[in-house]
Amino acid sequence: MSESDNILEMRGITKEFPGVKALDNVNFVVRRGSIHALVGENGAGKSTLMNVLSGLYPYGSYTGDIVYEGEVCKFFKIKDSEEKGIVIIHQELALVPYMTIGENMFLGNERGKKFAIDWDKTHAEATKYLKIVGLTDSSKTLIKDIGVGKQQMVEIAKALAKNARLLILDEPTSSLNEADSKALLDLLLEFKKQGLTSIIISHKINEVSYVADDITIIRDGKTIETLVKGVDDLSEERIIRGMVGREIEDRFPKRYGVSIGEPALEVEDWNVYHPIYAEKKVIDHVSFHVNKGEVVGFAGLMGAGRTELAMSIFGRSYGRDISGKIRIHGKEVTLHSPRQAIDAGLAYVTEDRKGSGLILTNPITINTTLANMKGVSNRGVIDRDKELSVAEKYRQKLNTKTPSVRQNVGKLSGGNQQKVLLSKWMYADPDILILDEPTRGIDVGAKYEIYCIINDLVAEGKSVIMISSEMPEVLGMCDRIYVLAEGRIVGEFGREEASQEKIMASILSVDLAEKEKEI
Amino acid sequence: MTMNKKITTKNFFTNNSQLLVPLIAILLLLIFNLIRDPSFFSIGVATNNNGDPVLQGNLISILNGASELVVISMGMTLVTAASGGQDISVGALAAIAGSVFVKVIKSGGTISPALVLGAFLLCSLVAMIFGCFNGMLVSAFGIQPMIATLILFTCGRSIAYWINGGATPTVSSPIITAVGSFIPGVPVPTPILIVILMAIFFGLLFRFTTLNLYIQTVGINQNASRLNGIHVAGIKLLAFILLGLCCAVAGVIGVSRLSLINHETILLNIEMDAILAVAIGGNNLGGGKFKMLGSVLGAYAIQALTITLYAMKVPSTDVKAYKAIVIVLLVVLGSPVVKEAMARIRRKLRGRRSTALAKEV
Amino acid sequence: MDEKGLDISRRHREPITDTQLLLTITICIFVCMYVAAILIWGGGFKKPQMLFDILNDNAYLVIISCGLTIVMITGSIDISVAGVTALVAMTGVMILNGSMPFFSVLQASLGLADSSRIVFAALMALLIGLLFGLVQGYLIAYLEIQPFIITLAGMFFARGMITILSVDPQKAPQALLDILQKRIEINWLGSPNKNGVIIPARMEVGVVIAILIVILVFCMLRKMRIGRSFYAVGGNRQSALMLGLNVRKTRFMAHLFCGILSGIAGFVFMMHTGAGNATNATAGEMNAIASSIIGGTLLTGGVGNVIGTFFGVLTLSTIKAIVTTSGLRDPWWQSITTGAMLCLFILLQSVILMRRHRNKH
Repeated sequence: MSESDNILEMRGITKEFPGVKALDNVNFVVRRGSIHALVGENGAGKSTLMNVLSGLYPYGSYTGDIVYEGEVCKFFKIKDSEEKGIVIIHQELALVPYMTIGENMFLGNERGKKFAIDWDKTHAEATKYLKIVGLTDSSKTLIKDIGVGKQQMVEIAKALAKNARLLILDEPTSSLNEADSKALLDLLLEFKKQGLTSIIISHKINEVSYVADDITIIRDGKTIETLVKGVDDLSEERIIRGMVGREIEDRFPKRYGVSIGEPALEVEDWNVYHPIYAEKKVIDHVSFHVNKGEVVGFAGLMGAGRTELAMSIFGRSYGRDISGKIRIHGKEVTLHSPRQAIDAGLAYVTEDRKGSGLILTNPITINTTLANMKGVSNRGVIDRDKELSVAEKYRQKLNTKTPSVRQNVGKLSGGNQQKVLLSKWMYADPDILILDEPTRGIDVGAKYEIYCIINDLVAEGKSVIMISSEMPEVLGMCDRIYVLAEGRIVGEFGREEASQEKIMASILSVDLAEKEKEI
Repeated sequence: MTMNKKITTKNFFTNNSQLLVPLIAILLLLIFNLIRDPSFFSIGVATNNNGDPVLQGNLISILNGASELVVISMGMTLVTAASGGQDISVGALAAIAGSVFVKVIKSGGTISPALVLGAFLLCSLVAMIFGCFNGMLVSAFGIQPMIATLILFTCGRSIAYWINGGATPTVSSPIITAVGSFIPGVPVPTPILIVILMAIFFGLLFRFTTLNLYIQTVGINQNASRLNGIHVAGIKLLAFILLGLCCAVAGVIGVSRLSLINHETILLNIEMDAILAVAIGGNNLGGGKFKMLGSVLGAYAIQALTITLYAMKVPSTDVKAYKAIVIVLLVVLGSPVVKEAMARIRRKLRGRRSTALAKEV
Repeated sequence: MDEKGLDISRRHREPITDTQLLLTITICIFVCMYVAAILIWGGGFKKPQMLFDILNDNAYLVIISCGLTIVMITGSIDISVAGVTALVAMTGVMILNGSMPFFSVLQASLGLADSSRIVFAALMALLIGLLFGLVQGYLIAYLEIQPFIITLAGMFFARGMITILSVDPQKAPQALLDILQKRIEINWLGSPNKNGVIIPARMEVGVVIAILIVILVFCMLRKMRIGRSFYAVGGNRQSALMLGLNVRKTRFMAHLFCGILSGIAGFVFMMHTGAGNATNATAGEMNAIASSIIGGTLLTGGVGNVIGTFFGVLTLSTIKAIVTTSGLRDPWWQSITTGAMLCLFILLQSVILMRRHRNKH
């Protein structure tokens, strides 16, 4: 392989943080015109490597060489690498919600003369790049008004506008549903045909094997191996083995001896309207039930209304003009606030851990007992010893990795934060748990542990509702699956009959019907 | 044609709904005065001591008297938007700037326009350096703005005192009077003209630079700004430096009005009024999106309230209490909960009307 | 048995939280500063009475800072605290010297002794504090209006009411003052005067009240459910809501506590000075905010500690005491030095925190 075939070579990269070696002599070679996947567990060093490449960690803060297009590069800031055509799209999108697509697209890269912004040119060019990525929205639409999937596309358009020759995508599909993910990956394949090189960091192994030519696996800050399409085995099992360093026989733990009983939660004819756009119906005549000891999945695309459904049931935390009936253990209840919902035996474990789940500035102890302060207090006075032992008990039970339960939750990793969130709701001792995307942004090992916790919960006779955008997870874990689309239930499958194809088909049939209506 | 116009006015209000509160406030005050005493609105032409014709009347004194507040509110808007916090040292900073201004003029011998200009430039420089100091604390050290500026709030007026050397020096000269009240031959008070100049300055700055965009970006999402290659600390620093400039301008106006500097009383408590102006103007005190026009209107609303109270013969020491009541009433009307309740009532009424119509049909 | 085992393991790897670190820094700096003062300036600082004087003068500040800390932990702010303190002090003094006709008549009709006015004053103090807390809390928590505006209006209102009550300074009658200003004498901490006679250290009753309040608030924040709610709401309002906490009620309660504490602070202030004046407790709100910040409370909410606040007050007042005793004769030096020390302090804190976080990652 001659030198010019490689667009990028990173040689012997070592990056140390005080006390931690984040990257240890990493070598990473990307062929021109290929799609190169970088995989590894959380904290393996993937993002650190890309931050070194983009100049976010400036030259001098690491050792080793970056050879790009045959020359050794020294990037001191992001602008330096962008000038060379290396553009990185971060997992947390660098978009400003209250600004238009056009404004966002050229932020820091404004069109026009030295100072004055030429807005006409900005929007004209924005429209051009939007077209390339297949978006038809006006460039004057506010970012907050388009979905996450489209936002990701805007990010790509933004990168193209910077004349990207090497595109780096950090977990581009982590918050996208299957259809949007597919569209994004196909777009990358399309760009590949036109000669654009891309590096994709992803947790989703199926996507990686779908799109990648080469796969480099990183573990504990070291490169383990690089697999090449057509040469090596690129099956999901093979990749996972490289990532975790051992075989995982079963990604979903088996449930034994759980008997499914009476209906625990029944929701009948549930209707919810959008909190701001009062005429928009978000949930439309939804009826479902969950039995004792059962795991029920809610599948559907992003924006299908799953989170909205869950939150509106959980003490009307979302929406307005809510109507419908809720029965818990056969008894009809009205829940006007989260407090009432908790008292009635419901728990909603949010998808938005940091935003609406945990108090990051507080330690694990307080976070664990916060939903059930009565349990550790007597007439308003908190028994701190009891609180400590409760937190410690759940730390051990859920195997949360932390130096101490006095640690602030903000300092834990995503997987451990999720465990604290779960332990909080488990301590509140609800009968019915609604888990919203419980494994989002968590690595393979931690996912398995979360699944085990779910199994333990139903074994205790609790009921679990699991909302997830990862189809294999829903299929692997749930006894029964409801499919939601456009705020309506469009399908219900038992464990045996459910399959990815059937679920997608029922979602798409609604989509088609919608499209026909529009026409 | 008329249809078109209607849509644009409607768009104007949906796009600028945050301007409604200060506009309504000013309107209510004016209507109140109209009912109370129509002569409140009389604008007359009088001759001043130099025999020049000058405009007089309550409306003029509202516009004139609010000048310092308006100028500082402009800068405060930028700092609020970029840093998500407020600068409470503006009054002290204006006192420092005023002292430098007077000191330079005093040391210069004969007072010529060039000397006054030089003094203004020097005092702007000093104020901008102090603004830079505040900005450094906020942007480089990550200190919350209100705390960072607490330092200068505590000692700023004493620094001004120190510059003066313990006295309240006076500067009497026709040039200073011209800056503080009227330029011979121009009937409009000079402070109003200075405000217009500042407005043009910021207007051009927003039109021809990316400053407006960058400040909002930094205020809304720092992380995103950094990833987009925007120098977050630099933008915050710039906002504080611009506020420093505003303080210098306000300080010079304040000094020129009285032809003296009193470090203890000049622009006293203006930081509170300026923050209030920003808030009444519908800007989020937590940063992000901003409309400078809102703050300016807010500042005029505050001054209109003060002048109204004076016109009602309320003693100047008691004005605060009445001002507080009006402010509370105003913000209660503008509060999200009340707005929501009003909208609900409106919907209900509309619903009833439409069902009534349907029945008639 | 099991509990014991846990106990040992957790003591082994106890990480210091930022709050504890800030608290430790504050206490260390205070101690170092005080020791330095004793070594360098000696004189007054050698006597324990100096510390008691600082406490006597600032007991009211300790109390309002406690209230403010609670409010700041919930992510809100209260600018009105010092205004309320001053208003309560003025009202109290006027009740004592009989210039409030209502209370004089009440006392006469009930046939009570003059000393009963003290009880009236105390009740009135609580009532005023309660009213401010209720109204401000309701407007902020239930109508969701920005706390800065509401409490600023509260401050204006309180300050305005003082001058409406009386423009001239008022003085409490000496007979009642003697009762109020009874001091607790501590013989073993006494120090000899010029003639070698041991003068016992004197502490006012207000200091005892202040320290009691610090302890009570400390227990409430640490041990009570409502305290937890304060931290939770300040740390993340959305999370708190989804956890079934009553966010509105929690915020309301924070402001209510703060109002009542301001009322008590006013009474303590009156006990100390025995005089009512429009300029009572000037800039007290800023001193209280500064004290809370120095003690490690963040304006952004969710983090704070009332013991830190107590030491924050001590630190701030000791700085002032040092400047006064160190013989800087020009009047401006006191606040300039205070500002410089404050600057040093704030920078030190931020640098330590920044280094710590960089090391973490």
